[in-house]
Amino acid sequence: MSEVIDRPLRDDEKPAASKLRIVDCDVHPSLHSVEDLNEFLPKRWQQHLKEYGSHLRTPYLFTTPYPRSSPLIARRDAWPPTGGPPGSDLAFMQKQHLDPLDVEFGILQVLDLFIFSQQNLELGAAIQRAINDWQLAFWSHRDPRLKASILVGQDGVDLAIAEIERCAKIGEYIQINVSPRANEPLGRRRYWPIYARAQELDLPLGIHVGGYGGHAPTGGGWPSYYVEEHQSNAHTIAAQLASLVIEGVPERFPKLKIVFIEGGFGWIPSAVWRMDQHFERFRSEVPHLKRKPSEYVRENFWFTTQPIDEPDEARHLRALIEWVGIDRLLFSSDYPHWDFDDPRFAFKTPLTEAERKKIFSANARAVYKF
Amino acid sequence: MARHIVATISEIPPGGNKVVEIAGRDIVVFHVNGEFFALLNRCPHEGAPLEKAACVARLTSPEPGVYERSRVGEMLRCPWHGWEFDMRNGQSWFDPKRVKIRSYPVAVERGEELQKGPYVAETFPVHVEDSYVIVEV
Ligand code: FES
Repeated sequence: MSEVIDRPLRDDEKPAASKLRIVDCDVHPSLHSVEDLNEFLPKRWQQHLKEYGSHLRTPYLFTTPYPRSSPLIARRDAWPPTGGPPGSDLAFMQKQHLDPLDVEFGILQVLDLFIFSQQNLELGAAIQRAINDWQLAFWSHRDPRLKASILVGQDGVDLAIAEIERCAKIGEYIQINVSPRANEPLGRRRYWPIYARAQELDLPLGIHVGGYGGHAPTGGGWPSYYVEEHQSNAHTIAAQLASLVIEGVPERFPKLKIVFIEGGFGWIPSAVWRMDQHFERFRSEVPHLKRKPSEYVRENFWFTTQPIDEPDEARHLRALIEWVGIDRLLFSSDYPHWDFDDPRFAFKTPLTEAERKKIFSANARAVYKF
Repeated sequence: MARHIVATISEIPPGGNKVVEIAGRDIVVFHVNGEFFALLNRCPHEGAPLEKAACVARLTSPEPGVYERSRVGEMLRCPWHGWEFDMRNGQSWFDPKRVKIRSYPVAVERGEELQKGPYVAETFPVHVEDSYVIVEV
């Protein structure tokens, strides 16, 4: 837990993480302005956006149903001095984040334009295509540390597959991202062609929390407050983990790697205990599952660390990390958002050098093959 | 404790701050409603730079739907995760016994007075007509 800080950092405290050269699995770039996409968006869709605008599954345009804790959910110190929203200025991102924290690789996670929530699937696919091209042109090609993902909307599976093929040919993308809030739970068969292709291409499936699927973000309905809604990131991912495992995705695609991003990991033990326990009792309902749910979780799933739950007692965090598995955790900062984790101070429990190396770098290097 | 001249009062406008390095520490000096406060420039949670914190008011609510603001500008809200601290003593608003920013005594003195002291113009050019912010570390 926190203590009074009344001394400067000693040198041996500073580099603990940075000496390792970290892989940051969740860095958010932003469009400087929507016009940035014009060069990647066919005229037809530019025109469409002008005439009809976005048509999302939620009734709020250019904002979210809950006011956020800070403007653009960003750190107050992350607004570039050159103007533009946080995350939109590469030079500033390098100076504030990539260089001082010695980020060896940073994985881009784009959230702009409610990218997965377009009702018009063709428009959604056009925006995803433009964003995929923009990630390379504006980020990866200008700083090779930054890695792009193939964003696809899984509700138009044929469109998603076409985009995966297009990007796979380019060969620079390191994972395929789908939404945690699609029209149906992620384990459903309608989405399986995407998983099949991901497995063949050996590209991990990335699932970053957030967005709105048109249904309430919690199983209990629409929350009243942002702080209440924020909890739903964990429930949503827990529900998607259960859906993927129990509907048999890792059983059917044993080599598929699935990474849950920004869902934290505090909820994992009880979710998995419960699945295992129910599996013992009800396995005849799901005879397609050959193994206990926990075994699939331990082989096919990884979890990024942020936001790290902060129990009062450090040993509880330690026990949690051990239970989830040092091998399952991938460090992520969520830069430049307000709940950013600083790799030097985020884990309020001691980790050995070997454990740090795994969480901050080696695990991600193995999953993404850097 | 040594006394350090860190700024002229006109250098830190109301609501503003200045970061100074004293004895290897980054210290941030805030000017709030005519008073100055000096705190370590690191949040005790994950080390965010407090110079970017929001200077907010204490918000209390005696009953649902009624909000009261007091001590306007005297509370710091960390630029990252939003933990709030009392600028006067660095104590956190949510757990004042355990979580605290290191704070330092601050004084404002006139240039003439300073000239007589032992710390004259040590690292800072002194002009006698001005007043200075002094931090004790
Ligand atoms: S670093 Fe200040 S609240 Fe987290």
